Amino acid sequence: MSERSGGAGPTAGAASTEPGGGPDAGVATRRRIGLIVNPLAGIGGRVGLKGSDGAETVALALALGAVPMAGARAAETLRLLAEGAAPGGLRGHLPGGHSPEIDLATYPGEMGEVVAREAGFVPTVLGSIQTGATTGADTRQAAEDLLSWGADLLLFAGGDGTARDVFAAVGGRVPVVGIPAGVKIHSGVFAVNPRRAAELVTEFLAGRAGLEDREVMDIDEDLFRAGIVSARLFGYMRMPYRRALVQGAKSGNPGGPSTLRDVAFGVLAEMDRDPGAYWILGPGTTVKAVAHELGIEKTLLGVDLLHRGRLVAVDVNEAQLLAFLARKPESVRARLVVTVIGGQGYLFGRGNQQLSPAVIRAVGREGVVVAATLDKLHALGGPLLVDTGDAECDAYLSGHIKVVTGEVDRVVWRVTA
Amino acid sequence: MTTIDPKSPAAEGAPADRYLEYSAIDTGYRAVRWHEKTLYEQSRPGSTNAILPAVEKGIVDAVGDVVAALPAAARRARPPEMPELSEPEILRHYIRCSQMTYGYDSGNSMGLGTCTMKYSPRINEQLAALPEVKALHPLQPEETIQGILEIMYGMRNWLCELAGMDEVTFQPRGGGHGAFTDACMIRAYHHARGEDFRDEIITCAVSHPCNPATASAAGFKVISLYPDEVTGELGIDALRAAISDRTAGIMMTAPYDTGVFDSQIAEYARLVHEAGGVVSLDQANFNGVMTRMRAGDLGADMVHFNLHKTFSTPHGSYGPGAGAVAVKKAFRDFLPVPVVEFDGSRYHLNSDLSNSIGKVGTFMGMVPNVVKAYAWVLAMGAEGLREASEWAVINNNYLIKKLLEVRGLDISWPNRRKLQEARFSLAKLHDETGVGTLDFNYRLADFGVQTYFESHVPRIVPEPVTPEPTESISKEDVDQFVAAFHHISAEAYSNPEIVLTAPHRSIVHREIHDYENLTQVPFTWRVWKRTHPDG
Repeated sequence: MSERSGGAGPTAGAASTEPGGGPDAGVATRRRIGLIVNPLAGIGGRVGLKGSDGAETVALALALGAVPMAGARAAETLRLLAEGAAPGGLRGHLPGGHSPEIDLATYPGEMGEVVAREAGFVPTVLGSIQTGATTGADTRQAAEDLLSWGADLLLFAGGDGTARDVFAAVGGRVPVVGIPAGVKIHSGVFAVNPRRAAELVTEFLAGRAGLEDREVMDIDEDLFRAGIVSARLFGYMRMPYRRALVQGAKSGNPGGPSTLRDVAFGVLAEMDRDPGAYWILGPGTTVKAVAHELGIEKTLLGVDLLHRGRLVAVDVNEAQLLAFLARKPESVRARLVVTVIGGQGYLFGRGNQQLSPAVIRAVGREGVVVAATLDKLHALGGPLLVDTGDAECDAYLSGHIKVVTGEVDRVVWRVTA
Repeated sequence: MTTIDPKSPAAEGAPADRYLEYSAIDTGYRAVRWHEKTLYEQSRPGSTNAILPAVEKGIVDAVGDVVAALPAAARRARPPEMPELSEPEILRHYIRCSQMTYGYDSGNSMGLGTCTMKYSPRINEQLAALPEVKALHPLQPEETIQGILEIMYGMRNWLCELAGMDEVTFQPRGGGHGAFTDACMIRAYHHARGEDFRDEIITCAVSHPCNPATASAAGFKVISLYPDEVTGELGIDALRAAISDRTAGIMMTAPYDTGVFDSQIAEYARLVHEAGGVVSLDQANFNGVMTRMRAGDLGADMVHFNLHKTFSTPHGSYGPGAGAVAVKKAFRDFLPVPVVEFDGSRYHLNSDLSNSIGKVGTFMGMVPNVVKAYAWVLAMGAEGLREASEWAVINNNYLIKKLLEVRGLDISWPNRRKLQEARFSLAKLHDETGVGTLDFNYRLADFGVQTYFESHVPRIVPEPVTPEPTESISKEDVDQFVAAFHHISAEAYSNPEIVLTAPHRSIVHREIHDYENLTQVPFTWRVWKRTHPDG
């Protein structure tokens, strides 16, 4: 059992008695990062267990000789962050070579303290844990405690399960950066690797990063082990993203990187071209932004139905959608607005299973409007993905598709199964 | 290849500057630094320059009080706020400013890809500075400028021949302005046909950003295609996904900024035409295909050339830009005016085109640049142009072969043959050492070599590097450039701090690009005063 050790080091002592207390007080360049390492994240992967959720799986993984990886992944990010304040670190990426001073707080032992100290930080250590037997409850408690401590950003190492726990505790109240260390990474809140995580944190602390809502997703591990991917969207957390620094200066979008609002206006323009149609609105903040511009309160995680600017049904499931599509007059088209899962690229089959192959066929490929910011697409670095569970439908959707990226901007992006 | 001697000063932690001095490829370059203030800041009230004599009585009697002829509302309440300095002080100021710059004439500028930095023969500058050109008045009667019109008409004919087109305008002042002219003509063309509903321009991410930007400025929606990961081409399937009954046209660059020539352009043109659209090919990257590829033969309806790139008039802040737009017969009527015509004995300026988009620039265009381009083409001849393209492509392929030996550097679309340039990536170096392309580029400046062009946006190649060794570049220039790359890569792997803190020999340590707050950048004295109220 590790005990709370806040106040042990000079930094820790200073942090707890900082004049003014809050993160906004004192020198503006001192920023607070909360660190959570889920030491058991990813433990099931190397030994073929397709996940690490639950005590039984963890025990089995350890019995099979699994070695925890999350600590090492977090250590790499922290090492780069620590060097950020010293020559040779990330400061080369910042104008003027300036790097903000970092106050770090974390949980004891393997939940962050060890790697933080190894990287040269003198962390404020909160809470207590049962060494070797941490659970999701510890992650949730840590996230809450770090938020109370005044973290400007939560940095966590883990997988989808860890992201869910962090989300359950703090929701969208604090920006997060995930260090990918899990078996399942379907959520959009993870950097692609530990180095990019460090860069994102640095850019964020320097005030140079944008913030966007990213999906918190998880799949059912039992189904996954049976070969079925069933990803559910749990909500959104805010994550910094690195702006293309020269974007806007010479691009076709003089206003800079496209925002959700630009994208929403672009979708509205598509709606104007087909005013009589029924519009099925998929989940997500991008689609919600479209509804927002129409003055409509759309469900964030659900599929809603729109006709002539009014919601006619909310949070409908596949059966309700099919019943509706069968009932509607032949002459009235049904259209569908969907977005892309950030960082992952899924268009269909993750978090929007209501939009089943039958629904997609009824709407038709040409009836689908895909909406996403350009930053989101560029960050993918690859094609959009479809995994509807129906190979024929996946093939039908594959090819190239137009994506609304702004009021007057569209791109054509490749779709593949 | 440069390796690091364990006994070198670098290995012993000597300053970065010593490290480079130890190297055989050090040019000894040190940027000149002056604590030079702006002329406004240097101003000393009362200082004066040439003192002009009072107007002679005879002139006053004949003309009267010139100022009195101005309406009161048009007169200044107080004199303009100009700096007050003596002539030698002003001269010194500009000499010092020039000493603090690095330009084509300072050294090896092959790094600046997509800029086509070629040597601009000095004799052409002298031609453009002849009184017959320099003292030309833009409103001179036609019969007094037959020689200039002959030059313009001659250049028109050559560009038509090179592009496979039928008419040319020299009105645009640069490449982007040429693209804008194209976009305006496409709009006017559909308007004349009663098809204003065509409001979408298709372009691609490896075209110059002026293609989407000018289309957008002309009021079009923009659909961007992305190159295939393997072929580097757009592909028919992607184009079909973009084409609709709203397609106004396609505006794309050929060859691409990646040096890849899309083998399916003729088919793209056919599909766009079939859909009722217009095809505009940006020829800013023409340097690798002169006399070998004619846009008109591929189905293009209009093209623009950058006289200041391909035609050496010159480029890179040592001369004004000049664009030339060439079109097929069907679009002649939409050109900006005037166009130069020849009736068999005399040259004329025709400003009477029924569907003209009007003026995109004043008077006859950037005439001195047309003179320089004309002289350059005349000196080169058709054979010379062909050979120049060959040399440029050979230089680039030699560069590619040598540069790919640099640790941490890769090339995009490696299976494709490249023409005038190629887009490399330092992503591997970045991942392995933390040194990215920006850091690398800053370090390059220490070698007395022009920094390279990284990439246009969107940056689809990570940590990009885009040099372009034109026909004016020697093998020695390429070797010097490559040697510097080897040296910097070795530094990145052994002592990245040297690169991350570069440049060490320049007057500005690191540029701070804050594109979010452009309105706060004091580009003018007036803005400077507003943003620095306390001076």
